[in-house]
Amino acid sequence: MPQTLLQKTWTAHTVRRLPNGQTQVFVGLHLIHEVTSPQAFDMLRARGWSVKFPERTIATVDHIVPTRDQRRPFGDLMAEDMLAALERNCRAAGIRLLDLSSGSQGIVHVIGPELGLTQPGMTIACGDSHTSTHGAFGALAFGIGTSQVRDVLASQCLAMEPLKVRRIDVRGRLGPGVYAKDVILEIIRRLGVNGGVGYAYEYAGEAIERMSMDERMTVCNMSIEGGARVGYVNPDDTTFDYLRGRQCAPQGEAFERAVAWWRTMRSDPGAAYEDEVAIDAGAIRPTVTWGINPGQSVYVDERLPKPSDAAPADRAALDEALEFMGWHAGDPISGTRIDVAFVGSCTNARLSDLREAARVVRGHRVAPHVRALVVPGSQAVRMAAEREGLDRVFRDAGFDWRGAGCSMCLAMNQDRLEGREICASSSNRNFKGRQGSPTGRTLLMSPAMVAAAAVAGEVVDVRAFSRHDE
Amino acid sequence: MTSERIERISGRALPLRGDNIDTDRIIPARFLRAVSFEGLEQHLFADDRAQAEAAPAGSHPLSDTRYAGATILVVNANFGCGSSREHAPQAIRRRGFHALLGESFSEIFFGNALALGMPCASAPAADIDRILRDVEGDPDLVLRLDLREQVATLGDHACPISLPRAAREAFLDGSWDATGLLLERFEDVERVAATLPYVAGWTD
Repeated sequence: MPQTLLQKTWTAHTVRRLPNGQTQVFVGLHLIHEVTSPQAFDMLRARGWSVKFPERTIATVDHIVPTRDQRRPFGDLMAEDMLAALERNCRAAGIRLLDLSSGSQGIVHVIGPELGLTQPGMTIACGDSHTSTHGAFGALAFGIGTSQVRDVLASQCLAMEPLKVRRIDVRGRLGPGVYAKDVILEIIRRLGVNGGVGYAYEYAGEAIERMSMDERMTVCNMSIEGGARVGYVNPDDTTFDYLRGRQCAPQGEAFERAVAWWRTMRSDPGAAYEDEVAIDAGAIRPTVTWGINPGQSVYVDERLPKPSDAAPADRAALDEALEFMGWHAGDPISGTRIDVAFVGSCTNARLSDLREAARVVRGHRVAPHVRALVVPGSQAVRMAAEREGLDRVFRDAGFDWRGAGCSMCLAMNQDRLEGREICASSSNRNFKGRQGSPTGRTLLMSPAMVAAAAVAGEVVDVRAFSRHDE
Repeated sequence: MTSERIERISGRALPLRGDNIDTDRIIPARFLRAVSFEGLEQHLFADDRAQAEAAPAGSHPLSDTRYAGATILVVNANFGCGSSREHAPQAIRRRGFHALLGESFSEIFFGNALALGMPCASAPAADIDRILRDVEGDPDLVLRLDLREQVATLGDHACPISLPRAAREAFLDGSWDATGLLLERFEDVERVAATLPYVAGWTD
């Protein structure tokens, strides 16, 4: 019987059916970081358990690292404590830690793929909701909480309930100036921020197949913003070409054997889905969020919604968002003055994201009233960008060029909004307070759109921006 | 089983209105800068509370003394969306809540609460609406959640509640703390691991 990738991966990793009806699932790759793991190690110690498969866990530090001055000990003592705890725990358990001196440090969802740790057909868990990113490789990857981090450390397993699969067919091709970020924002706007609860999203169709791995990661990354804990793309030659030669990918003949297995780990033609949705790629335009959840977005040439036009059940949410943001219903989003421009995060801080932003910025200056920063997703991205001279392009334009980390996506470090600042951001969440100021405001968009906004000093359509320039 | 069986929870309720309340609001990221969960309850909804109190007529339900001592949090739809931080249910639990009742919950939040032995029960929107109004009218009403009978009662109002089947069973049979269970047959874990080509090392 034809099966989906999810079913195949689930079956291959099932240890047993638990008496309560949950499934015990083996976790092939466990990624940890400094925020959600220290309490798990404490729980483990309190119960006298050890880490069963230390070689299947990889650690890095990303959320709390300063991006400006990364010398140890950090000026921020709490950040220093958190990293020191991670170092102690990893050393004691024999877990590999990719720290700031490794050359491989970075946001956990950037470095897993970059090192070739993330592979098709795997189960991948991490105490971080954006673990769905790794689904771009055809892995079954999902975020977990700290008690579950404890479970994985202790047993390399999780107790889970099966997921349904919704196939999202993105048909046709994207227009110029329209990116993977716009695709996922479109999906979330259409299906809702909780439309994916209980589902894994399988992204398919010509637009997805034509995407690079970086772009597929952007789409899968934000699955959770649509309520789906898991999002994946069936692996293909683009996937295998990306993995070939990566440090932790199989090498030589083993790589060919791996490809042979990976080719079997995809949804079969005729597989049954619990739901199917089609989206016309050609109709998607550059998208900007205007509200306080990632589903509240408009195309850059659209106006803000009017609560009076909405269904009665939706009005309170629209009113709340408009009030928090300080907008007037029906106003255009284009022309909204910004204070901060942030290119970074596990959603959009890979080399191709930086290239697209640099292409827009080249030869321009950041508007005088805008504070702009580029935070590469990893040390490797930073070095590759510097080899291409992208750092120079950004610095010349007036951007800060920083060290790798989560930075202003969630402001657990020094990078944050102040007061009512408005930030054009390539990150993934526009929740109230997300970027560090309880009253700060976030507009999510593609890195190219952030770059254009930085230069213009306001929200602009990157398509018109580029044309105007040439 | 290693953990306590949870069948019935009763207590006064705290009404917390709003759809899509994310975990950044439940516990803002700056309070995650710590190596333990201790003291998180002080920061539960810190920014929402501060903003409510700054508003002219505002008061956040968590700061409202009428609800002091409430042990069940009543919420609307998609509660706990966003970040997977277990700090969110930890802060709620440490503040003295033993269960949540709402229209729906984010999956990761639900799983984290399950691992703490804190059930998140769902009920139809109309029933939640009525419960919210009734509790706001009389904060001393006692809300009873019966996971076995799958019913919630408040005063003379009763409504059906639901949880995913296995999660409900885990509360009822006391297997919500999964680690012991996962270690029970470790030889099975090793056997399955050995069948995975990427664990076995891509041998022929």
